[in-house]
Amino acid sequence: MDFEKANVAERLLLSGNEAVARAALDAGVSLGTGYPGTPSTEILENFSRMGGPAQWAPNEKVAMEVALGASFAGARTLVTMKHVGLNVAADPLFTAAHTGVTGAMVIVTADDPGMASSQNEQDNRWYARAAGMPMFEPSDSQEAYDFTLRAIELSEEFAAPVMLRMTTRLCHSKTVVRPERSIAEAGRPEFHRNIKGRVMIPAYARPAHKRLRERLARIARWNETSGPNDTIQAGKDLGIIASGIAYAHAREATPDASFLKIGLTWPLPTETIAKFVRSVNRCVVIEEGDPVLVESLRAAGMTVEGKSEQYRFGELNVNRVRRILSGDDSVEAAAAKGKPPQLCKGCPHRVSFEILRRLNCIVAGDIGCYTLGVLPPFEAMDTCICMGASIGVGLGLRHVLPDEQARRVVSVIGDSTFVHSGITGLVEMVYNPPKTGHVVLILDNGTTAMTGLQEHPGTGRTLAHQPTGQIVFEDLAGALGIERVEVVDPTKDPAGYERILIEALDSGKLCVIIARRPCLLVAGKVREYEKKRSAETDAHE
Amino acid sequence: MSSSVTNVVIAGLGGQGVLKASDILAEAAFRTGLDVKKSEIHGMSQRGGSVTSDVRFGDNILSPMVPGSEADFLLVLAADQVETNKGLLGAGGVLICTDRIDENALANRRSLNVAMLGVLSRYLEIDKPFWLDAIRSSLPEKVYDVNVKAFEMGRDAAAESY
Repeated sequence: MDFEKANVAERLLLSGNEAVARAALDAGVSLGTGYPGTPSTEILENFSRMGGPAQWAPNEKVAMEVALGASFAGARTLVTMKHVGLNVAADPLFTAAHTGVTGAMVIVTADDPGMASSQNEQDNRWYARAAGMPMFEPSDSQEAYDFTLRAIELSEEFAAPVMLRMTTRLCHSKTVVRPERSIAEAGRPEFHRNIKGRVMIPAYARPAHKRLRERLARIARWNETSGPNDTIQAGKDLGIIASGIAYAHAREATPDASFLKIGLTWPLPTETIAKFVRSVNRCVVIEEGDPVLVESLRAAGMTVEGKSEQYRFGELNVNRVRRILSGDDSVEAAAAKGKPPQLCKGCPHRVSFEILRRLNCIVAGDIGCYTLGVLPPFEAMDTCICMGASIGVGLGLRHVLPDEQARRVVSVIGDSTFVHSGITGLVEMVYNPPKTGHVVLILDNGTTAMTGLQEHPGTGRTLAHQPTGQIVFEDLAGALGIERVEVVDPTKDPAGYERILIEALDSGKLCVIIARRPCLLVAGKVREYEKKRSAETDAHE
Repeated sequence: MSSSVTNVVIAGLGGQGVLKASDILAEAAFRTGLDVKKSEIHGMSQRGGSVTSDVRFGDNILSPMVPGSEADFLLVLAADQVETNKGLLGAGGVLICTDRIDENALANRRSLNVAMLGVLSRYLEIDKPFWLDAIRSSLPEKVYDVNVKAFEMGRDAAAESY
């Protein structure tokens, strides 16, 4: 095509994450909050870059509570997290479904089928069912944009928090978006008392639960007539029911089939689906992850085919959908093995894992770049469960192991992870100390490195890298009553670091050692933030 | 799949600019007015591990992932990643490796990814101005010139061997 004639206006090439951010901006969202987690991180980063008010919370539970408060005040809010983040935020999630909201609250859960960068493969579609919350599932960036707007509208119309389920492939794939800012202006936040609606004591929560079920029934009826569900009626031989990215793969795998694409996947438009099932001779549900949809449809008495167990694992793709449709359950060729990731050359974490390996420590590990300490050449990690688990698991090991083994147990946790879920672990350590003491190693590289160098409360800078209040780990540990608190520089003084760790292990006391050295990738950026800031300060003076 | 779709896979190691190269290619194709989908996985792979990114363009693209063994072009930025990824190429597909250019002639070795796009550009019907626009919009202004030189170098090298 001719360069001069190509019309590039009104068309954008956006990742799913960018599309959600753009929609939040276009809808006038008053507050975006969340905690970084692959593949969701770039939503808030882009929202902030576009000029939207975005902030990182210390963890997903706090983020959801902040968003809920803002939505009680009538604001439009967006809260983002990866799939496992929703486990952390599950407590407010379930009760928020009971209270409902006054403004809008859209909860983005970014699932990671295939576990590109996660510790488990949970399917968060179950949460919509369990909490009783509507869920949108976009299938490309255009729908990520459209459904974010629709989710805000639905949230306001039905006074319900709404979930938007993304997956890795959607978050990180770029597709063409035509943003049409088709949404009413946001209202101005104002407090209106609603004690029975928002104070969930049992007497008020019982009717709230009934209201929740009644609201879901109304949304289900709305979904039948006005929901974002599309039917492509082609031949009668084969009908496919799909949502999200699975729809894109299925359309390519079997272009001649009839399709029902469900955009609002909870509560289901059961009559619409039943009608589609009746219209075809063979109906197959194509879904990534758990057999969530197919089980719901069978429970509703529909005759639909699903997939065999092997396709529960990992992402779907065009070839896998072809196999599902042809009933091919033979063993799939393993994907070619690439080079595994590793800690960067010169990474300060390397020193820590060299020492832990040399001392033959039993290492309760945690979530972050430093989880790579489990791989050769270090192989110095014994457990990794979830954010913050290093401390609890380490304490548990200490409590029951024979003394000579218990004394080798170390909990290793990164700075961002410590703020996220490690602080209550330290409280537990002070409250229920093992008789051999315990050693917690905070690997403080001054950033949330694994997800792409995000700020957190320990860096003293906001999401947009502006100065703010800072949590000082050594002060916090001291204030909690940790007996020995040390700060070391792993790169400058590895010998001193090792000596202190040995002393701590031998001491029988509760010790926190902070190995502080900025991530190599963030050091230059921090200098830039500070330079920019001092230039701004000078300009103001 | 309809023959109007072009499937490109770019492979290499974390830090080599695989994702940036796929961004530029996707942007260039997008600017011609075609439908484009670009897919990648990041996260743990950023830490020096294998990285691949898929770019598909044509009249109407469905899945964002190039179906296995259907790539028309495989661009590999690290020699040791050829073996891992060559199975992605379809019959008649073109493998483009770093031996197509003189890496030592690059003013900045970090522009290898863009030089390789220069090679690829000889095979695609995307006019040069679209490429230059895509490079400008995808990279910081201060490295634009060095990357355009790298792009030209790859383009010239491919013209000689084409």
